[in-house]
Amino acid sequence: MQFEFLLEQVVNGLVLGGYYLLIALGLSLIFSVGGIVNLAHGAFYALGAYVCVELTKQLGFAAAVVISPFAVATLGILFERFILRRFYTADPILSLLVTFGLAMVAEQAIRMIWGAAPVSTEIPQNFRGSVIVGDFLFSRYRLLILAVVAAILLGVWLLLQKTSFGRVVRAGIQRQDMVAALGIRLQPYMTAIVMLGVGMAALGGAFFAPITTVHPAMGAEVMTIAFVVVVIGGLGSFWGVVVAALLVGVVRGIAIHFEPAAGEASIYILMFLVLLVRPRGLLGERIEKFE
Amino acid sequence: MIRYPRRTVLRAGAAFVGASALGFPAIVRAQSEKIRIGHLTPLTGFLGVIGSYAQLGVKLAAEEINASGGVLGKPIDLISEDSINPATAATKAQRMLEQDGAAMLLGEISSASSLTIMQVAERNKKMFFSTGARSDALRGKNCNKYSFHCDIPNTVMVNAVGTALSQKGMVKGKKFFTLTADYIFGHDLLKAAKTFFGTHDANLIGDELIATDATDFSPYLLKVRQARPDVVCCNLAGNQVTNLVKQYAEFGLPYPLVGFNLNTGDAWAAGAGNLGGTWPTVWYHTLDNPASKAFVAAFTKEYGKPPENHAWIDYVTLKLLAEAINTTKSTESNELIAYFEKQSQFDIMKARKAYFRSWDHQLVQEAYPFTVKPKDQMKDQWDMLVLGEAVPAAGDPLETIYPTRQQNPCEMKA
Repeated sequence: MQFEFLLEQVVNGLVLGGYYLLIALGLSLIFSVGGIVNLAHGAFYALGAYVCVELTKQLGFAAAVVISPFAVATLGILFERFILRRFYTADPILSLLVTFGLAMVAEQAIRMIWGAAPVSTEIPQNFRGSVIVGDFLFSRYRLLILAVVAAILLGVWLLLQKTSFGRVVRAGIQRQDMVAALGIRLQPYMTAIVMLGVGMAALGGAFFAPITTVHPAMGAEVMTIAFVVVVIGGLGSFWGVVVAALLVGVVRGIAIHFEPAAGEASIYILMFLVLLVRPRGLLGERIEKFE
Repeated sequence: MIRYPRRTVLRAGAAFVGASALGFPAIVRAQSEKIRIGHLTPLTGFLGVIGSYAQLGVKLAAEEINASGGVLGKPIDLISEDSINPATAATKAQRMLEQDGAAMLLGEISSASSLTIMQVAERNKKMFFSTGARSDALRGKNCNKYSFHCDIPNTVMVNAVGTALSQKGMVKGKKFFTLTADYIFGHDLLKAAKTFFGTHDANLIGDELIATDATDFSPYLLKVRQARPDVVCCNLAGNQVTNLVKQYAEFGLPYPLVGFNLNTGDAWAAGAGNLGGTWPTVWYHTLDNPASKAFVAAFTKEYGKPPENHAWIDYVTLKLLAEAINTTKSTESNELIAYFEKQSQFDIMKARKAYFRSWDHQLVQEAYPFTVKPKDQMKDQWDMLVLGEAVPAAGDPLETIYPTRQQNPCEMKA
């Protein structure tokens, strides 16, 4: 029985990891291609949640969860063109400062528009409750999230591996100068990557709006975990981030099974151990421009 | 292009993320001089949401007091800041008393921060009115002469809900599973809950301590189901409550969810359709008495939404402080303490008047259990709670639901 309970936590951790992945993958992509640690990433997650809550009132949850990421991705275009673009070749401390500042501006803007008190929305009735598979309990709603994440993951992987778009992006991660020498401007690709990244974060926010507190500081909350996932996974590695997100979910579940009070601390211990053994993260590639 | 080693960039990034977790002070200052009063409450972190209501309440009280001539003919100069965490709360409290010249302090929700401010107050021999902290220990082993406690303590919340649950046959012989906030408040609440379970023949079959920054409760919900209790009991705080309530509704576990702590702000944040069960509260904006209605009207006019219980308690506390200063014609700690220790009565917008109990400085007042209105019967998004009968019942002395001197002894040094 004990073992089954543990296994149940492991499976649940995988589901949770899928959700972390939505936020961490974009963060990793933007860093890999642009060399920018986007500390404002959480703000897009929060915006995704707020826009979803707002749209749910007009159009219902299904439409809101689809439209919200696209709306936020559109904001991502402005973010990339007018802010990020100026910092690709600058001292990284400047991009840290500007995205950190932007995160604060965004949080305060949310507070001014929607107020400091949380807003709330509900899961649609047909996705409430849980399903029991074997002896494992799953939230019906989280299974839906997992399915969407899996589809998106497949889509992003195909985009990066099987299209000419992906080839340029992957080349850009390794050797920006060579890409330029071949006569390819990386900037439109970067715009697309930022849109994709913040759109995924917004989708995470939209999906989690009905099951977590939607409040102005929610972006800062999720940033910490997203950052841990990216560091554990290793930069430039698609699968590294995937594995790390799932691992973080599972380790947290196992920790809570044995020692609940250590649940939130466990992921930082995991990060510490991984970095001790593999300073580049689990599957981090050697990227010349960062060495 | 300047090249930086990836680890340097990551390290700097981690430092930024860490710094952002500390939060940023939101500083609000009133203009004029005269009688300065310091207000601290968490505006960031897991209690930030309810803390922002507290700040609105205390500001409204200061405006009203000043509009009607202030205290002792002088306006109140209210300094209200984000207390952030226990260490910062103590630093700010010290600064307010020492540098800003505050005559007294009020506020706070976190029991951990309240404890550190209490120590600062005692050192400086200035009064501190702890408005929203509920840990019994603050009134008991940590009590001091300069600290007063306005919110109901954990034992009262447990008694209020426990009595309501007992009447529904949900206590005797039942298996309870508790989820507890992992800091002084939660530990203290669990202790009060255990005492209640012990004296009412209930079994506690499991308890989980949960970090205050946890947002995902799924692993805990799995453990609840694995234990198969009769009743699940929430001893959490702030955003934790909202997250648990929403995710409990998401998983749809069959065991009734009740709780020994809830603030109206958390209930509103959870939203209609997610919350059920029986919970305690100290005040609600639908209470039917003239003083309460006038306050709700004034607050709603000013801020466009009804007051939450922290808005009420911080408002009421500043009002009763002003009343005490005007009556004693003094802002001296010792004279005011003597006045409060006479157990002077105050109208706090409830059926019965309240008073600070002389030996532990607890504001003795009524409390209420509540259940949740079905969604289709709510007039608006704020109209969520159905208040039960006030406890203690009308004929019983108010102190019957409070911890006794034996249960929660307090030794105040003169």
